[in-house]
Amino acid sequence: MASSSVAADMELDRPNLEDYLPPDSLPQEAPRNLHLRDLLDISPVLTEAAGAIVDDSFTRCFKSNSPEPWNWNIYLFPLWCFGVVIRYGILFPLSCLFIVSTNWEVIEANITSKTFGVKRGFREAGGPVLNTCNRMVSIFCRLFFPVHFLLKGQDKLRSKIERKLVEMMCSVFVASWTGVIKYHGPRPSTRPHQVFVANHTSMIDFIILEQMTAFAVIMQKHPGWVGFIQKTILESVGCIWFNRNDLRDREVTARKLRDHVQQSDNNPLLIFPEGTCVNNQYTVMFKKGAFELGCAVCPIAIKYNKIFVDAFWNSKKQSFTMHLVRLMTSWAVVCDVWYLEPQYLREGETAIAFAERVRDMIAARAGLKKVPWDGYLKHNRPSPKHTEEK
Amino acid sequence: MGSTPSMLTQYDIEEVQDHCNHAFSQQEIVSLYHRFCQLDRNGGGFVSADEFMSVPEFAVNPLSQRLLRMLDGLNFKEFVAFLSAFSPHTSPQQKIEFIFKVYDTDCNGKVAFDDILSILRDLTGSFMTEQQRQKVLTHVLEEAGYTKDSHFTLPDFMKIIGNSELKMEVEVPID
Repeated sequence: MASSSVAADMELDRPNLEDYLPPDSLPQEAPRNLHLRDLLDISPVLTEAAGAIVDDSFTRCFKSNSPEPWNWNIYLFPLWCFGVVIRYGILFPLSCLFIVSTNWEVIEANITSKTFGVKRGFREAGGPVLNTCNRMVSIFCRLFFPVHFLLKGQDKLRSKIERKLVEMMCSVFVASWTGVIKYHGPRPSTRPHQVFVANHTSMIDFIILEQMTAFAVIMQKHPGWVGFIQKTILESVGCIWFNRNDLRDREVTARKLRDHVQQSDNNPLLIFPEGTCVNNQYTVMFKKGAFELGCAVCPIAIKYNKIFVDAFWNSKKQSFTMHLVRLMTSWAVVCDVWYLEPQYLREGETAIAFAERVRDMIAARAGLKKVPWDGYLKHNRPSPKHTEEK
Repeated sequence: MGSTPSMLTQYDIEEVQDHCNHAFSQQEIVSLYHRFCQLDRNGGGFVSADEFMSVPEFAVNPLSQRLLRMLDGLNFKEFVAFLSAFSPHTSPQQKIEFIFKVYDTDCNGKVAFDDILSILRDLTGSFMTEQQRQKVLTHVLEEAGYTKDSHFTLPDFMKIIGNSELKMEVEVPID
């Protein structure tokens, strides 16, 4: 009798081939005794491991497409060369000058009066197109920083102006890499108790969405010049910062999120629940944090057109600067943005189930495939807990 | 990705194919090469244990540590030979030989009670106590006519597992 109970225990633990077969194909018999053969046969587990080695769905999420070699012939090759010349020789310097003039103005607006002479000289050097851009941008900077400091008292007016300015900034950015963006659906409105979630492909997702409406976003702290921009300009829209590697940060961030959503005059909050950049063909599991705030969740789906450029930012392979350069040297960045219907937590639905439901919607709309992995596995290993469960 | 298909010549492919006894077709070998390069991020010519563990599906497998010991430091040719046990073209005998190698951690050609026990431990984790495991194993061995002190060699394994439906196949995606 001891042996049969122990054998029954074993039945639970050995890799269950019965799970893979439809129920009616199994011979209906009482659990038979365990044989040595069954014990020694570890082939199902080994097969799973080998399957993971050969191909796994997680790595596929982060694969950037390698450029296919074109079929060179006497006609295509010169055409392509010509295209390269235009992209690198004309479009790229234009974009650079555009952006550099923006930054230049930002930096020198910070230093103020001393650099008046330099600014004038720069303006003369540029062409008429650059002049208008310069003017626009310098208006922005000369408005932004004074507004920021002087209107400290009148918060409401200040935030309204800053919001518009940031939107304009983002339009400038988008224009610099010839972005063609199609927006579908109702524009987001500024109301309290709502959160926007979107799939994440690159940092420029944020800029594209920001162009239309000023969002407050929750982002990972970045080093370098991106960090500088994060600190100065984005602070005005009310962004929340966190550090992926700091565990305690999570609770603090959750509290900040909740506070932000309650206030009615804050910019609407945008969250990327995947937690990391994913190549624009898959979605990884959404983090439930965004769905636990007890408010409406408005999904946004973003899909880039691969023909023009692969907008996926593989943060392990390139820095953001290289990524921007790649975008600026391509013909255009074409993407579709769909604003979907706000969703509410249903009766008896857990946050995780809610997150999955919204992920379904976004994946269906943008034509992405779903994958059951946690995005953070890109940076960390699965914990032993998961192995135990297996 | 640094490596491109042009780095693998026809000669290389044939050499690898020979080494694994034609377990994979040439197209599959090219796909495996892409995969190998994808896993081998630092381009060292072999995939380190760390790089294997970055595949979450592999990392959560209970036998991952054992397999890592066998996989660590393999170059591409050996990598393909390792995976050849999972090809539909290999015989059940070769697959059983692979299983034997997984059990035989000290590579002395013999599998003892403790070896089987440690694999059982990997598979069941905290679901069973050590005592339960020992009891089950002893009982099953006795039922099959062996004792706690028996040593199993490869022919023994072949006899026990036999030729019956050993499903150990993996499909190499050809893109």
